[in-house]
Amino acid sequence: MTKAISVAGLHKSFGRTHALDGLDLDVETGEVHGFLGPNGAGKSTTIRVLLGLLRADSGAARLLGRDPWHDAVELHRRIAYVPGDVTLWRNLAGGEVIDLYGRLRGGLDKARRADLVARFELDPTKKGRTYSKGNRQKVALVAAFASDVDLLILDEPTSGLDPLMEEVFQSCVAEARDRGRTVLLSSHILSEVETLCDRVSIIRKGRTVETGSLADLRHLTRTSVTAELAGPPNGLAHLPGVHDLDVQGRRVKLQVDTDKLDAVLRSLTESGVRSLTSTPPTLEELFLRHYADEVTGR
Amino acid sequence: MSALAGTGTLGRLALRRDRLMTPLWAVVVGGLAASGVGSLATLYDTAAKRAEMAASMNANSSMRSLYGPVFSDSVGGLAAWRFGTFTAVLAAVMSLIIVVRHTREEEETGRQEMLSAGMVGRRAPLTAALLAALVANAAVALIVTAGLAGQGAGGALALGLAVGGTGMLFATTAAIAAQLTESARLAKGLTAAVLGLAFGLRAAGDAGTAGGSSVLTWLSPIGWAENVRAFAGERWWVLLLIALAVAVQAAVAYGLAGRRDVGMSFLPARPGPAEGRIATVGGLAWRLQRGGLLGWSAGFLVAGLAFGGMADGAAELVGDNERARQIFERMGGQAGLSNAFLATMAGLFGMIGSLYVVGSVLRLHGEETSQRAEPLLASAVGRLRWAAGHLAIAFGGAVVIMLLAGTGLAVSYGRDFGPIVGACLVQLPATWVLGGLAVLLWGAMPKAAVAAWGVAGLALALGWIGPALDLPRSVLDLSPFGHLPKLPGGAMEWPPTLVLAGVTVALVGVGLAALRRRDLTT
Repeated sequence: MTKAISVAGLHKSFGRTHALDGLDLDVETGEVHGFLGPNGAGKSTTIRVLLGLLRADSGAARLLGRDPWHDAVELHRRIAYVPGDVTLWRNLAGGEVIDLYGRLRGGLDKARRADLVARFELDPTKKGRTYSKGNRQKVALVAAFASDVDLLILDEPTSGLDPLMEEVFQSCVAEARDRGRTVLLSSHILSEVETLCDRVSIIRKGRTVETGSLADLRHLTRTSVTAELAGPPNGLAHLPGVHDLDVQGRRVKLQVDTDKLDAVLRSLTESGVRSLTSTPPTLEELFLRHYADEVTGR
Repeated sequence: MSALAGTGTLGRLALRRDRLMTPLWAVVVGGLAASGVGSLATLYDTAAKRAEMAASMNANSSMRSLYGPVFSDSVGGLAAWRFGTFTAVLAAVMSLIIVVRHTREEEETGRQEMLSAGMVGRRAPLTAALLAALVANAAVALIVTAGLAGQGAGGALALGLAVGGTGMLFATTAAIAAQLTESARLAKGLTAAVLGLAFGLRAAGDAGTAGGSSVLTWLSPIGWAENVRAFAGERWWVLLLIALAVAVQAAVAYGLAGRRDVGMSFLPARPGPAEGRIATVGGLAWRLQRGGLLGWSAGFLVAGLAFGGMADGAAELVGDNERARQIFERMGGQAGLSNAFLATMAGLFGMIGSLYVVGSVLRLHGEETSQRAEPLLASAVGRLRWAAGHLAIAFGGAVVIMLLAGTGLAVSYGRDFGPIVGACLVQLPATWVLGGLAVLLWGAMPKAAVAAWGVAGLALALGWIGPALDLPRSVLDLSPFGHLPKLPGGAMEWPPTLVLAGVTVALVGVGLAALRRRDLTT
C-alpha cells in the first residue's frame, strides 16, 4: 500500500527566511499521525505545500501517491482541510458554508452531516459574522468529517473548542480512523496527540528531528529515576547514559537514557533499595527537550 | 481543464455573497443615465435649444474637461455626453470593488486557503471574480441600453457597451493589482489611482482639443468610452479596442496568478521595526490613516496644478457666446469666467473631498466590525478617546487636502493666491457636514453606517449633474454644497458657512453621544 504522505528533503524559502530546510515526513495509510513543533517551525508551511498552495523550492512530496502541486485539483477531491483559524463570510449561514465545502470536495454524507451538526451542537442557520471562534471552528470540522475523503489534514483544529467539544472531536478522529481514513494532525495539545496518534513527527526550524511511534520515541529518550538507598551510592557517575545526577546523602535523583536502564538498576540494587520511582518521559517532556535545545541553541 | 475546476461553484458563491451589493450598484449606476434622459428631453425640448447648448458647451474647455465634448445635439447625444463619462467611472469603481473582494480580499482573510484546499483550480478564483464583475457590468449595460433605447437603439446599445466595457477594463486592471499587492486595500488604491490617471488624461486632452481627438484622450480608457460616440455615428470599432485591452490585461493577470503562491504577492510586504513606537490610540489612528491621507494630498495637489492652468483658456473660449456665458455663470460663478471656472473647480474638490472625510470616519466602523476595536476598548481607552484620533484625522485631513488643492490651483493660475485658497477652504463646512453625518450614522445606527457613502455620492451627483439639468433650487439645496457662497468672484457669506459648521458640530456631538450608549457591534 502506498504511503498517504511521503515528503523528503523539502525546502521552501520566503526571501531570506528558510521556512523548510530539508523536512522529511512519512504518513502511512490509515494512521493518525501527530505533527508537532514550536511556533514558526514550519508546520503550516508544510501543510500548505501538501495542499498545493505553495510550491516547494526543492525536495520530493507525494500525497496519496501523486504530486500535490500538479495534481492539486484531483487530489483535493480526496482531502479535507481544517485550518487553525477559520474565517467565514459575514453574510453566509454556517450550513451554506458546510455544503459549499462539501461540493468542493468529493461530496458530503448527508446523514453524517446531520449527526455531526447535532454532536457538535452547531446551529447551522446562523450567519458567519455571528459565530464565535469555537463555532467557526465547528463549521469547518463538520464540513471536514462529513466529507467523503481519504485524508484529513487538520492544522491545530481544536483551538477555541471547549473540553466537551474537544471530546467530540477526538471521537470523530477515532471514527475516521475506523473507517480507514488517514489523518495528519498538527496540534499543540499534547494530551490530544498522545490519545489519538499512532505515530508522531516532531519538527524544528524546518527539519524533522524525531519521528516514530510514541513507544519508539520514549525508548530513545531518558527516564527519570528517584531512589532512596540503604547505603551510599557507588559508581553511578561513571555509568554510560546517566545525566543530571543529584546525590544528597542516600537520596539519588538522575535521568538515564532508557536503553541504559539495566546498568543503573544493577548499581542501585548493590547499594540496597528502600524506595524507587521511575517515570517514563511524557510527550510533553519529549517536546520540551527539543524546544529547550532551540532556546539554549544546542 | 483542471485549472478552472470549481469555477462554477466559486462563481455561485460570489453571486450569493453579492446578492444585495451588485443589484444595488447596477440600478444606481445604470439608472443614472436612464432616469436623467427624461429631464434632458424636457429641459431642451427644441432642436434650436439643444444646438445652442451643445455649441456653448463645446466652446468651453472647462466643461469639456469635466464631461468631454458633445458629439451630437440630439437628446440621446446630450444624455451620452452628460452621463457617459460619469457612469463609466462609476462602473469602473464597482468593478474594482467586486474583483478585489473576490480575489485578494479572500486571500488576505485566509478564506482562500480553505477554498483552495478543495477541488479548485489555480485559475478558478480569478475567473469567478471576473465572471461576477461581468454579470454586474452586463446588468449596468442592459439598464443603460434599455433606458435610452427610446432615443435610438443603436446609440443606446453603443453607450451601454461602452460603459460596461469600461467597467470590465478596470475589472481586469484590478485583477492585475490583486496579484501585485498583498493587501486588498492597496490593490483597490492602486486600481483607483490608475482610474484617476485615466480620468485626468481624458480631462486634460478634452480641455486642450475640441472633438475628442486629442492624443491624451486616446491614451485614456475613459477617453475610449467617450470616443465610441454613442448617438453620433457610433464608432463600433472602438469597442473592439476596449475588448482587446480587457483580453490583454486578463492574460497578464492570469500569467501573474499562475506564477505565485497563494497568499503571496509580487510586491511583498517589507518587514517592520522590531520595537514599536506607537504609544496611544491617537498614534495608532495616525499610523493606520497616514498612507491614505498622503495619497489624497498628492492627488489633490496634482489635480489643482492641472486644473489651475486651464482657467484662462476657459474664459477665452467662451468669450463671445452670450448664451454660454449665462449657462456657465449659472453653473458656478457670478462675475468673470475664470472665476466661475475656479469656483466650479473649488466646489468639485469640496465634493470629492467629502469622500475622503466619509471614508476616514468609516475607518472607525471598519475597526469595530472587524473586531480590532474590541481589544483596544478593553484596555484603558475610552470610546471617545479612541474615536477622537480617527475623527481628528478625518476632519483635519480635509483641511490639509483642500489647502493643497487651493495651493495647486493658485500656483498654476499664477495670481489671486488668497482668494483661490479661500474658495477651497470655504468648501470645508459642507465637506464636514457629510463627515458629521457619517459620524451620526455610525454612532447611532452602526448597521446603516455605510449609507454615508450613498449620501456623499448623491451630493456629488447633484453638484456634477444637477446644474445643467436646471433642477429646482429646492432639490439642489438638498446638498450642503448648494448653500455655499460662490468664490472666488462672489461675495463671502458668513451665515450659511457658520450654520453648516454648527450643523457639523451637532451631528458629531449627537453621534458620539449615541456611541457612548450603544453596544459595540460584534
